Amino acid sequence: MKGKLILEDGTTFRGQLFGGSNATTEGEVVFNTGMTGYQEILTDPSYCRQIVTLTYPLIGNYGTAKQFNQSRKSFVGGLIVGEVCEKPSSSSMQKTLSEFLTAEKIPCLYDVDTRALTRKIRSVGTMKGVIVSEYTSQGTIDEMMALPIRKNVVEMVTTPVSYTIDAGKDPLYVVTMDFGIKRNILDALRKLNCRVTVVPAKTTAEEILALNPDGIFLSNGPGDPKDVPGVIREVQKLLDKKPIFGICLGHQILALAMGANTYKLKFGHRGSNQPVKCLETGKVAITSQNHGYAVEESSLKGLPVKITHISLNDGTVEGVRHVSLPVTSVQYHPEAAPGPNDSVHLFDEFIDHMKQAKA
Amino acid sequence: MPKKKNLNKIIVIGSGPIVIGQAAEFDYAGSQACRSLKEEGLEVVLVNSNPATIMTDANIADRVYIEPLTVDFLTAIIEKERPDGLLATLGGQAGLNLAVQLAESGVLDKFNVELLGTSITAIKRAEDREMFKETMERIGEPIPESTIVEDIHGAIDFANQIGYPLIVRPAYTLGGTGGGIVTNEEELIETTLRGLKYSMIGQVLIERSIAGWKEIEYEVMRDGNDTCITICSMENFDPVGVHTGDSIVVAPTQTLNDHEYQLLRSASLKIIRALEIEGGCNIQFALDPNSDSYYVIEVNPRVSRSSALASKATGYPIAKVSVKIAIGYTLDEIVNAVTKKTKACFEPSVDYIVVKFPRWPFDKFVYADTTLGTQMKATGEVMSLDRTFEGAILKAVRSLEIGVNRLHMPKMDDWSDEKVKNRLSKINDERLFLIAEALRRNIATPDEIAAVTKIDRWFIDKIKNITDVEVRLKKDSLNAKNLRDAKLVGLSDKSVAELTNSTLKDVRDMRKQFRILPVYKMVDTCAAEFEAVTPYYYSTYHGEVDEVEVSNKHKIIVLGSGPIRIGQGVEFDYCSVHSVWALRELGIEAIIINNNPETVSTDFDISDKLYFEPLTTEDVLNIVDKEKPDGVIVQFGGQTAINLAASLAEAGVKIFGTSVDDIDRAEDRERFDEMLTELNIPRPRGISVTNLDDAITGAAQIGYPVMVRPSYVLGGRAMEIVYNEEELRDYMSRAVKVTPDHPVLVDRYMQGTEVEVDAISDGVDVVIPGIMEHVERAGVHSGDSIAVYPPQTLPSKVIYTITDYTKRMALALKVKGLLNIQYVVADGKVYVIEVNPRSSRTVPFLSKVTNIKMVNVATRAALGATLKGMGYYSGLVEPKPYVAVKAPVFSFAKMQDVDISLGPEMKSTGEVMGIDYHYARALYKAITGAGINIPKNGCILFTVADKDKEEMKQLAKAFYELGFKLVATEGTAKALQSIGIDAEIVGKVHQRSSDIIHMIKLGKIHMVINTQAPGKHVAKDGFRIRRATVELGVPCFTSLDTAWEVMRVLTFMRDRRLVYSLALQDYVGGGDALA
Repeated sequence: MKGKLILEDGTTFRGQLFGGSNATTEGEVVFNTGMTGYQEILTDPSYCRQIVTLTYPLIGNYGTAKQFNQSRKSFVGGLIVGEVCEKPSSSSMQKTLSEFLTAEKIPCLYDVDTRALTRKIRSVGTMKGVIVSEYTSQGTIDEMMALPIRKNVVEMVTTPVSYTIDAGKDPLYVVTMDFGIKRNILDALRKLNCRVTVVPAKTTAEEILALNPDGIFLSNGPGDPKDVPGVIREVQKLLDKKPIFGICLGHQILALAMGANTYKLKFGHRGSNQPVKCLETGKVAITSQNHGYAVEESSLKGLPVKITHISLNDGTVEGVRHVSLPVTSVQYHPEAAPGPNDSVHLFDEFIDHMKQAKA
Repeated sequence: MPKKKNLNKIIVIGSGPIVIGQAAEFDYAGSQACRSLKEEGLEVVLVNSNPATIMTDANIADRVYIEPLTVDFLTAIIEKERPDGLLATLGGQAGLNLAVQLAESGVLDKFNVELLGTSITAIKRAEDREMFKETMERIGEPIPESTIVEDIHGAIDFANQIGYPLIVRPAYTLGGTGGGIVTNEEELIETTLRGLKYSMIGQVLIERSIAGWKEIEYEVMRDGNDTCITICSMENFDPVGVHTGDSIVVAPTQTLNDHEYQLLRSASLKIIRALEIEGGCNIQFALDPNSDSYYVIEVNPRVSRSSALASKATGYPIAKVSVKIAIGYTLDEIVNAVTKKTKACFEPSVDYIVVKFPRWPFDKFVYADTTLGTQMKATGEVMSLDRTFEGAILKAVRSLEIGVNRLHMPKMDDWSDEKVKNRLSKINDERLFLIAEALRRNIATPDEIAAVTKIDRWFIDKIKNITDVEVRLKKDSLNAKNLRDAKLVGLSDKSVAELTNSTLKDVRDMRKQFRILPVYKMVDTCAAEFEAVTPYYYSTYHGEVDEVEVSNKHKIIVLGSGPIRIGQGVEFDYCSVHSVWALRELGIEAIIINNNPETVSTDFDISDKLYFEPLTTEDVLNIVDKEKPDGVIVQFGGQTAINLAASLAEAGVKIFGTSVDDIDRAEDRERFDEMLTELNIPRPRGISVTNLDDAITGAAQIGYPVMVRPSYVLGGRAMEIVYNEEELRDYMSRAVKVTPDHPVLVDRYMQGTEVEVDAISDGVDVVIPGIMEHVERAGVHSGDSIAVYPPQTLPSKVIYTITDYTKRMALALKVKGLLNIQYVVADGKVYVIEVNPRSSRTVPFLSKVTNIKMVNVATRAALGATLKGMGYYSGLVEPKPYVAVKAPVFSFAKMQDVDISLGPEMKSTGEVMGIDYHYARALYKAITGAGINIPKNGCILFTVADKDKEEMKQLAKAFYELGFKLVATEGTAKALQSIGIDAEIVGKVHQRSSDIIHMIKLGKIHMVINTQAPGKHVAKDGFRIRRATVELGVPCFTSLDTAWEVMRVLTFMRDRRLVYSLALQDYVGGGDALA
């Protein structure tokens, strides 16, 4: 059925509404430029409540399979694409994308000029939008548009109860604060023989230290880091206690905990092709990114924190390190899924920190 | 790391002539490289033997040497120029091999030249099978079980160990020459022997065949700081087994999930790091469709055809960035030329799909084997972009100019269901069309087709989407709904008209009425994430917003020449580019439309706007409707562009230059004859016949031999010389279908000297920059002849007549711009053979040697400028004091069933030039540049037709006197004895032990002079001899004229040095004339 996306500045993009007239949604409209990995994107909790536009026009070509899910369910607000492939082909496929969207109840607008939409977001900045049917009344649209952007997204995606993933012999023990963790991070830690206890975002520093971990991992997650001041406070308490490694939202929370500031980017970094330069080695890696906020470079002045990584595209901060403590974090996703595996070695550094601290 | 400090002067090696496997992509890469070096303030010395290229223009490099790409010549040039660095990774396999030879022979060390970019060790690690295997094993990247053999026994032993099918690949060759998949011992022996011959180092790799797996390619870059990025992934429609140059390829990969994509991407980075390549590199993988297993198939440690494709597919200038890396920059220091803000260190993201489709020469080589395998056969390719696969593949098919406008070959209409089904397993140039036919008839399901062809079902289903719409269109009549569906799936108006039994005009009108119009999107390397400045566009019916900003400036569209094919090569791209440059000089916005990813014209910074689109009336008109240009220039895009002139004019588009009616007067035989009669200019007598009886009577009146050809094809196709009635009858029954609509032309065959002229006219004056005389007498296609500027044997009276005729015809045809005329001179009399009211194959050559910017002048003339105003006056420009020779280059090694003997049908794929103050040395350079190794002594085999025996005697005598030993077949030997020359008699082909083929194989014969007896049937032995010379790289001349010239070169060069080089700038500037 005919549907449309209306942005808060009034711009309308037409398309076909997948799943009928009830499949309407509202949220912040963002775009991701990755050419593969739609399933990983759709199940990355960092996109919680956002309407994700995929710039690659042919989506669903290889279907979906359980092993690529990055979390227990999809939290995205909606999906906007050019074409949904109805006849995918892949030996690993379990469901088509349409079946997956239906099962996960993801509203989807397809047959959309996603390039025009991307250009719009790029020039105006991230905006709120609503996906509605062609026949949705203006009143309903206005109501939807008036709804504020949700602030409790971390709460929505974090694990309700803690759980532990066991590892092999003589593991290192990591407590992970789950702000919306991707499964591949856990896989990466497990591959390095880490026993991981995943705790809810609201867990206190005392509770974490009571577990006596070798290191603490701060996960990725959705939303504005300043929306979780309680978490920032707890992390502050952990700073000089254990080796800490943060990714994405975890990186931002860590930076705030260390006294830095964060701000919202015009349209964010979302894709699998983002070049990041390591200032310590001079080398550049292509990274997977998904963030709408960034650590403010100037706010790091005078703090015991140094910038380790920057984006080659816009020079923004992509990684920091505490000058004396074994505390590091990156804005991007070394665990990949989707995206390149070029930065997986960052986990090794975390392991080294934990080993040194333990010794 | 900034630019290396020690570099001031750099020598760049080009790729030489265009052959199958090495085409215009290296003109694109090389030109980009030279411009990029100059941008850095470096002095550039270029060596390339190919005159038809932009890169050999005097303004592209500081010093341009159009000389043979051999160690001897390169050494001489290096000695003279003393460059600091050598850049060889942009000249294809030819350039790379030459660099290796120069390094190994110590030349680079001797003259202290640094090899820039990838090191020799790294090149060898990628190219030498054994070293490559070791490297891959060391880093744990899987390669198929394989062995390297230097003789046949090793091959058989290996086969006995691991079984069939096996794949045979010779080491160090172009485009996989001589390789193939073998399924039994007999095939193994044959292919291995052939491969051993072609390999530069006498090695052949035999490996397990993984035919049927997905073939995936990555274009990867690495800088000196070990930063690595992938530029583009590509997936072959055709699974492993078909050479990637012969495969339909899509970019990015379509059927790989992120896990598989990253698996191969990570492997690519690991490989480029292990090989320590600095610059661009292409890595090919085979991926098991049913698991994560993969094999590394091949690595090209240089810029390649695939990297040209990847550059055009993504907008990322691989050649340019490779050059910057070679001179010391790191990726994060190089600016992204597309966004001008971000860095070159990122991976392009595209938001469209790209299809590349090969262009095969099977329309010219009608007897060639059309089976596709590991040996590349395509001469060129087209590329298309769209937001859907369906749209892109249909655009690609339309761009091919093979007489189809959708996935439908009319000849298949008559095939039975059985035949269609049975043929699905055949891997040839028609497979895609056959799959569509099977789907259209609903006689095979996508699953069945995927099972037989091993093509991924994703592609088959997409094809079915197209045929489903076709079937619906055929059932319903034309209406807005199904018209919209048809356009969304990518069908052309012509296809819609065909399927709905309506006229093209109906379809177009309805489309406009319902506003079913394409929008144009930009190629920007970043999927719109950043603002880009590339004026590079493609159309789609899947979009709401058009991104093109139409200016108010005066603007003109230049139509390009489409894919490279025999008869229409890179020369026409050269002309298109120069026309664009001329327009830009005039301050006119220059818009180019073309679909060839290999070329300079489709580099986005050549024109003000580039539309990467098919060259059909519909696609061009859509752009005209949008841009509303002042007009269109058609005379530089070869026959492709000329063929669109009439329909564009009919649609009200202004055609700059010669009018459509005058173009028709030159091309329509009757109207042309009328004009010649009026002008009182003779042409060989000829008639047009519509049945056999008329042909026989007519031929008798004209007198044999006669040249016969169908009237409805151009470029010498199906043209033959027949010597008697019997042969004429045979031709009429075999080669053509003669009907009243399709008459056959019978012309007197004049056995004279062929002369070619390119001229520029403004309607008042006619300038002739130069005249070229052909070495081979008329009867050999002009594109396959050796052409000499200025003429060496023509009397001044003849030259005067040619000048006069050229002027009168140009004025009569009201030519505005370029025209090309072919004459034959017989018994001192000049006859016109053909007039082409457009630029020709010889324009780049002539422009270079005469230093007249012919295309620039012609473009201005087409727009109304006067020649006088530009400082040119009517008549022949005074010839230069040096001689330039253009020699054809063939790709016979790639086409096994093609006869190499020259005739009226064109067979060459490229050309080289030799230039010198001495004619003989210019000719020597041309022949050497063409890859022919003329022996200075040894044994020459003569086997000539009876008609040539008299003439042969003198020739043989001359060679004999030069000290050559002669070998001949019995009849020829007897003829030689009659003039007192002893020739060893060899047995004919069937006389096993001492036969000719055997002697050639044993290396006992160093040159062959063979002419073909008239008639096609008796020629079997000759065919085998000629093919044997190709297989073994023995020079073989099939025209006595060429052989005479070779003899003269040998005589003349006996006491002169063979290697002497001057830059083009020295010649055209007058320079150093001490040869």
